Amino acid sequence: MQTAYSPIWPAVLGRFTWHDLPFVRAWENPNASEIIGAGAASLVIIGFVITVALLTRYRRWGTLVEWVTSLDHKKIGIMYVAIALVMLSRAVVEAVLMRMQQAAAIGDPGFLSSDHFSQLFSTHGSIMVFFMAMPFLTGVINYVMPLQIGARDMAFPWANSVALSLTGGGAILMMVSLVVGRFSTGGWSGYPPYTGLAFSPDVGPDYWIWAVTLGSIGSTLGGINIACTIFKLRAPGMTYMRMPMFCWTSLCTSILMIFAMPPLTVATALLALDRYLGFHFFTNDLGGNMMNYANLFWLFGHPEVYILILPAFGIYSEVVSTFSSKELYGYVSLVLATMAIAVLSFTVWVHHFFTMGQSANINTVFGIATMTIGVPTGVKIYDWIWTMFRGEVRFSVPMLYSLAFMVTFVIGGFTGIILAIPPLDYVFHNTLFLVAHFHNMLIPGLLYGLLAGYTYWFPKAFGVRLNERWGRIAFACWVIGFYLAFMPLYVLGASGMARRTSEIFEPDFRPWLYVAGAGALVILCALASLVVQLVVSIRERDANRVFAGDPWDGRSLEWSTSSPPPEYNFAVIPHVDGRDPFYDGKRDNGHYRRHAHYDAISVPRNSVTSLSIGVAGLGAAFGLVWHMWWLAIIAVLGIVAALILRSFVRDTHRTIPAAEVAETEHRWHDALNAATPIGRDVEFTPRNQGLAETAA
Amino acid sequence: MRDLTLLMTAGGVLIFVIVAALFTIAIRSRQGAIGHRGGMRLVLWAGAIVPTVVLAALLIGTLPAMRPMKADDRALVVDVSGEQFWWRVGYRAADGGAFAAANEVRIPVGRTVDFRLSAGDVIHSFWIPGLAGKVDMIPGRTNRLVARATRAGRYRGQCAEFCGLSHALMAFDVVAMEPAAFDRWLTEQRRPPPTPATLVAQRGARMFADNGCGGCHAVAGTPATGRIGPDFSHIAGRATLGAGIMPMSTANLVRFIRNAPAVKPGARMPRYTHLAPADALAIARYLETLK
Repeated sequence: MQTAYSPIWPAVLGRFTWHDLPFVRAWENPNASEIIGAGAASLVIIGFVITVALLTRYRRWGTLVEWVTSLDHKKIGIMYVAIALVMLSRAVVEAVLMRMQQAAAIGDPGFLSSDHFSQLFSTHGSIMVFFMAMPFLTGVINYVMPLQIGARDMAFPWANSVALSLTGGGAILMMVSLVVGRFSTGGWSGYPPYTGLAFSPDVGPDYWIWAVTLGSIGSTLGGINIACTIFKLRAPGMTYMRMPMFCWTSLCTSILMIFAMPPLTVATALLALDRYLGFHFFTNDLGGNMMNYANLFWLFGHPEVYILILPAFGIYSEVVSTFSSKELYGYVSLVLATMAIAVLSFTVWVHHFFTMGQSANINTVFGIATMTIGVPTGVKIYDWIWTMFRGEVRFSVPMLYSLAFMVTFVIGGFTGIILAIPPLDYVFHNTLFLVAHFHNMLIPGLLYGLLAGYTYWFPKAFGVRLNERWGRIAFACWVIGFYLAFMPLYVLGASGMARRTSEIFEPDFRPWLYVAGAGALVILCALASLVVQLVVSIRERDANRVFAGDPWDGRSLEWSTSSPPPEYNFAVIPHVDGRDPFYDGKRDNGHYRRHAHYDAISVPRNSVTSLSIGVAGLGAAFGLVWHMWWLAIIAVLGIVAALILRSFVRDTHRTIPAAEVAETEHRWHDALNAATPIGRDVEFTPRNQGLAETAA
Repeated sequence: MRDLTLLMTAGGVLIFVIVAALFTIAIRSRQGAIGHRGGMRLVLWAGAIVPTVVLAALLIGTLPAMRPMKADDRALVVDVSGEQFWWRVGYRAADGGAFAAANEVRIPVGRTVDFRLSAGDVIHSFWIPGLAGKVDMIPGRTNRLVARATRAGRYRGQCAEFCGLSHALMAFDVVAMEPAAFDRWLTEQRRPPPTPATLVAQRGARMFADNGCGGCHAVAGTPATGRIGPDFSHIAGRATLGAGIMPMSTANLVRFIRNAPAVKPGARMPRYTHLAPADALAIARYLETLK
């Protein structure tokens, strides 16, 4: 950073120099930090090469193209989750590196340079929020929600694919930053003036700006799509108050996305104008004021917390109800609580910067608002407890995650109330106490929920149950790892350890940092167990098929189709007359009825234009990061061209002939007839073929 | 604040135990009916009303604490500006002549201190865990923090907002002194430092001037008037070097002079590795006379 290197062929390669390759840096200066950087870059390249080789070896390029150009909400959902899991792996490894550094750097510089450490916490946060949590929940909503409301696809399948390709483009840009250049050191919130040109002239903040911008535009599109789908495409009879809880939380989340993502896009765009065109929105001179950035960012940032957590609340509601074999308790209060949280989430953003110097009165108002938002969340916890009450609770992996969530989340709630009181926040703000608090909310609140949803709906998406044993091992590691890694951080924060420090001067912190480091390693084991679980499940797939479609004695409509569902979801759009239509239906023997006649069904055709917009978006972002103006211009023109081309395509749908629908349906009904209904006691055994015993 | 934290922790643990008990009962129970009405009433009371009441009580209880401490007429005003990666400290003329210091703030016990906080480059946060909460230092703004030390002693401060590569290396000391000792210290600080007496220190003073150190650092009473880096007028009186990261010693001074970027990544001070060790040592000896 200190030394300027001359760029090579600036007209074409922009400001790229050989020194931007981590391999060159590691060669010139072989210390642990640079070697780890080069190793990470090699992993990205090796992963890419292996993927290409496998695709070629098994001649699966066609399948890949079929998937990435698909407009089917189910395939799009699965691809979102795949992106999220890959990014999760990277960000967990980064977290482990940071914990190791802090454990090693007590009165010592440790093994990572402070520059590397700063990049790690910046990428860890940015990835976990924008490229792990967001795609994960968008993917689950994409897959499940249309099935739950009895729809055949999202309202705007093409926009859905555009949103996916933009998010994917952002994720790829994050990976590219490992190999070419460097990432921002300004944290996931990227506060100027530090991220301005004067203090960070390198490519790092530009990578952050454009990756986040791609992700946020994708999420805005996704939000609009989810909301419209719920508003317009519910099956006949499915009134708002009959929607599964997950659809309610998806609706609230999508509305939050529509209103909360634009402030972020504006903030990153203004920061980009500052950096690229010498505007002065957030600089120190010529009238710039960074407080505008802080407000814009947290106007997005706080609703974002609920964008992340509400869908998880929805998943917990589904899981708790299904695995207690009981109707969800207090449905109306849960809906009201969700709505209340969604509205209140726009009124608390200042609590992210109580210490920035506004008056005590303003802080008090926002402190009160923050305490208020704790109340509806408490209501939810009691509703879930009452749902379990007197139920036959089955301790499946998703249920275990839900139970761990309820207990752990309560702790996070208390520490949240502590932080909501301004005078206490003055003490705990920006310490490890704060870090512990938000991980306490997001890991049990969000990640456990998404993992529960992943385990719960995996058999729906792939027709195969995930391995139960490895699921339990992964669960145990996530929970133990969480407590070990984050409870010490509360103590450290309360003892005065600031966050984001690459070096520690207080020897008393040592034991706590060691425990936290051990916890991080346990979380790494959890991640590895998830991988093992997936591999084992694929190997044992034939024993664990649940083609009949209902492995858990489910309650909502997604379980009323085969697993995996046909491309058109429902051969006949169901008619809904209650809150648990499938559960009630199968007990009245009304479901699983073979129809004499099936109609032809129209489904969206694959599209190359939506994919091209993502690819061009990635190209434009990369060009802008490196000042390769020709690339940016061509890519932006490409986006415009793709939009124009798409508007001339009239042949957007194809028809699945009635005969094909009938054949698919008959195959499923034959399987249903052949399957043995099972009781809940054997649902984790290969006897579970996806048909539930419904006789009382 | 400590009582409040303890009270809230105890309350939190109590509520947690109650919720956990309810939770266990809910999972375990196979019979014992809960009617819809009874259940809803419980959700309403346990989930909404009781928390609201508890939070309201907490709010009313903490309202007095939310009022910032008032700076009285006798308050000592100290200007502190966060810089990458050190603290610029200024005492005002109202107390008998303004003077600058760096990385160490001395305050009198028992008197309120009115910190005026600003920043020279990026956002920093001024935090003395043992004395007061943190307040951010934002370029273009002046934030205030009023605090009072009740016991003499040394308090460690730390930057609490990530500000760059050496954020972790941006600490400082606050020394609370008995009023009489503090007044003596003030008088000393207003005097320029003594001229160096030993030969090596005199050579160091020349090296200091020849190498342009005065372009960034000021030493009162000499031509060195730079304001880019910390003020050195009384550097030898400070206990630590490099913004609280190492003890003030000759060896550490030499290390810092010769290769500041290696000690503090991202610092604006360039390397002086071309200085002969003996020359760097002479400068260190000179700095040690600046009391």
